[in-house]
Amino acid sequence: MKRPSLGSVLLGLIPFAAACFSISLWDRVYPMVFGLPFNFFWLIAWLLLTPLCMWAAYRLEVPRESKGSRAGGGAR
Amino acid sequence: MSPSTVALALISAIVASGSLVGFLARFHHKMDLEQWTVGGRGFGLVLVWLLMAGEIYTTFTFLGASGWAYSRGGPALYILGYLPLMYVVSFYILPPIWEAGRKFGLQTQADFFQVRYGSSFLAAFVAFVGVVCLIPYLQIQITGLGLIVEVASYGEIRHTPAMIVGFALVGAFVLVSGVRGVAWASIVKDVLLLFAAVFVGFAVPRIYFGGIGPMFAALAQMKPAHLVMPGATKDLGHGWYITSVLLTSFGCYMWPHFFAASFTARSGRTLRRNAVIMPLYGITMPLMFVVGFCAVLVLPGLSNGDLSLLTIVRNSFPAWFLGLVGGAGALTAMVAAAIQLLAGATLYAKNLWRPIVAPHMTDEQVARLAKTMVLILTSGALFFAIHSSMSLVSLLLVGYAGVAQFFPGVVLGLFSRRVTTAGVFVGLVTGLSIALFLMLTGQDPYKGLNAGFIALCFNFATTGVVSFFTPVRVGGFDETLHSIVAAQSGEDVSSTA
Repeated sequence: MKRPSLGSVLLGLIPFAAACFSISLWDRVYPMVFGLPFNFFWLIAWLLLTPLCMWAAYRLEVPRESKGSRAGGGAR
Repeated sequence: MSPSTVALALISAIVASGSLVGFLARFHHKMDLEQWTVGGRGFGLVLVWLLMAGEIYTTFTFLGASGWAYSRGGPALYILGYLPLMYVVSFYILPPIWEAGRKFGLQTQADFFQVRYGSSFLAAFVAFVGVVCLIPYLQIQITGLGLIVEVASYGEIRHTPAMIVGFALVGAFVLVSGVRGVAWASIVKDVLLLFAAVFVGFAVPRIYFGGIGPMFAALAQMKPAHLVMPGATKDLGHGWYITSVLLTSFGCYMWPHFFAASFTARSGRTLRRNAVIMPLYGITMPLMFVVGFCAVLVLPGLSNGDLSLLTIVRNSFPAWFLGLVGGAGALTAMVAAAIQLLAGATLYAKNLWRPIVAPHMTDEQVARLAKTMVLILTSGALFFAIHSSMSLVSLLLVGYAGVAQFFPGVVLGLFSRRVTTAGVFVGLVTGLSIALFLMLTGQDPYKGLNAGFIALCFNFATTGVVSFFTPVRVGGFDETLHSIVAAQSGEDVSSTA
């Protein structure tokens, strides 16, 4: 199977960095945002921001897909 | 009428109308094996979205998330962390899985291993492990149904009879309707659950504190440690968070039923679009945590955290509203259990029983055997639900430690030509043994890390090393079916015909 492009994989790593690996930076109660503890607010924000990253990745992947189905021919 | 009569009557009415929608859906389509398992591969964007959402938003979300927010505190946030990330993973792996499914007519997860690695034995092993891992997942649904009826009857109906009634319903529901029926019933429950979650999530903190902000302000003042990791636990810190989020987001689509659900999509692009938008559906999830956190202050000292949402609803609203929430929850448990049973039974009949015991069974006979298996699996899960007292979240984590071990075989199978059958098999056995050993000896988390994740690392390493030293027999999904069949040197391939 064709592997995803480097660009789209890098875009997918952004939510992982933000909502997983960086936990010790944001696992705290203060400052509260919109009345929510900071860690809670941060994770909710990434529910909304992850689709943005993946939408960009989608824009990168779809042209590659249709190019593949035309047997590699034609301009982008 | 007593409050318990009102609540129970409403729950029954909701369950009955949800089932009716499911039963009616089947009359529009002829039911053969293909229709029963993958819905004829013709679902569009909206129906796939509802089907996927229906599967992911389970009793676990509804009762388990609030339950852990209540009993554990901060560590429960791992659920919010993995929610968007599992869709990120699905973005990369589901479209190629779907493509392989279309090309080779795959119906189950084990079919995937059968065709990719050319081994009926590996496929049967994958089917076996998949079915075993589904049991704790099914157990969540039965336990949840039991909790709902128990709270709604104000303790009049005991836990065990409640669970038995719930599961008789689920069994009947699955046998008659199949995937399409479940999809329609899940539309009913999605609407109800969404309404219930949003209303309860905003109303409960408003009643007791005047809003979500004041509730958190009060909790942060009285119990600040409850809101961050490790919360009310000793050993669920940041290392546990990272490893659990990784294990869960890698493992999620390794569940046999999620894996098989990707075959129901109309195109790989539908699945990719789903992956982009799905995290937005999860925006109602934080409200479940709000309810659990609220209960920490309002209802201290509950024996079972998983009861916190239902108990706070019972104490704050009239009985009919408890009935509505309970009904939505019960339907959710039924839909989720139905999908799991369907996947488990099909796996068993098609990839375990037929290749090993009866190679000449027709698809029709396999479909009948799958239905018998529904009853056996249901009873098995019911047995464990009656005899165990694990929290809903802990049950799910046990299942994840098992199914996530398929991840190396699936991902390397899709994107690497060098991975071998022996490598995947040895890796899988290594991962499962380590996970099982650590869990049975009470060492999860191990040194602050999720035991299933440690097992997954060993699994990956072993798969790589063994693959390096063994010859490649099957070159991957890019090859034609013919060359894969030839490489299997006479093994049974009827499932791919």
